[in-house]
Amino acid sequence: MKTQVTSKVAYKGTIRTAAVISILAFIFCIMAFGLNKEIRGIHHSAPFIAVVKKDSVTSVKAFKQVYTVLMSPRCMNCHPAGDIPLQGEDSHLHMMYPKRGVDGKGVYAMKCSNCHQPVNTPGLHTPPGNENWHLPPANSKMVFQGKTAYQLAKQLIDPAQNGHKNLEKLIEHADDGLVLAGWNPGEGRKLPPLSHAQFKKAWITWLTTGAYAPKSK
Amino acid sequence: MTTITINGKQHQLDVDPQMPLLWVIRDIVGLTGTKYGCGVAQCGACVVHLNGEAVRSCVTKLSRAEGQNVVTIEGLSNYNDHPAQVAWNKENVPQCGYCHSGQIMSAAVLLRENADPSDEDIDAAMAGNICRCGTYQRIRKAIHLAAQLQRKEEPGK
Repeated sequence: MKTQVTSKVAYKGTIRTAAVISILAFIFCIMAFGLNKEIRGIHHSAPFIAVVKKDSVTSVKAFKQVYTVLMSPRCMNCHPAGDIPLQGEDSHLHMMYPKRGVDGKGVYAMKCSNCHQPVNTPGLHTPPGNENWHLPPANSKMVFQGKTAYQLAKQLIDPAQNGHKNLEKLIEHADDGLVLAGWNPGEGRKLPPLSHAQFKKAWITWLTTGAYAPKSK
Repeated sequence: MTTITINGKQHQLDVDPQMPLLWVIRDIVGLTGTKYGCGVAQCGACVVHLNGEAVRSCVTKLSRAEGQNVVTIEGLSNYNDHPAQVAWNKENVPQCGYCHSGQIMSAAVLLRENADPSDEDIDAAMAGNICRCGTYQRIRKAIHLAAQLQRKEEPGK
């Protein structure tokens, strides 16, 4: 009888200890997860907190939509494989062959803003405009032209190739002034295949579901 | 009223701020050395310097130049003796001459930024300036000469 009472007390104590350890472990896991996100630059203060919920199927599906926009002339023409921007719906080399330059803003008497004004110039075949018209700089060319969906997805999330952007910065980039200019291309130029809202939704979905790249083949 | 400085002289202009700078320069201020070529930034005949950069004045609105410094071919030098002007003269570059104020203004930016430009640098800088007479070889030769003259004037360069 005495032995039974003693073993009951010991049993209760074991349960209590296990419960305390479990709660502490749970708290520690939550803290560690949060800390991990801080380190990766995902979890910052307002205005936007990106939460990654990995889902490779949704992610790849979203990127396929993103890819159609990035490879459209409105985006790709300023992300050429060489150092000369592209022009037109067929993405031919820009007339006059202006060069990228170190900062992406042209060289000598052929700087982008010499012709590209802060706003679109009215009329057909006139230079489209933006306050900050430029190509990616020479040390981070961010080439879209010729890239497969797999290659481009990998490139976009590589800080060494994307201008050192973390997840949050990548999400913000959807509203960059020059990105938005793709949907205000000036007279006679086709819009990208998705609206900016659709593009942004697909872009954020891709990034927040794990930024998975479509298969390489 | 829009205030603009052209060739060091300040002007107060009561004109539409959306007027092309080229019209302001030629029709309002009366400096006709800068030429109208295409009107859509394709030929380079209208190049002037806006804060030192070779902008195409046919598509640049007056509003962009408000409060800024504009230099036209008339103001590039005091006695038409900018190295590019001297070299253009020595090499007899112009044929009809229509595009050459724009050509010289573009060349002046190249020479400011590169004291010893290669043929490749000249191509990169001058590809936006079209010459219907095809004086390109003489333009190239004159720019090399202008670079030499400039280095003699400013040995440090």
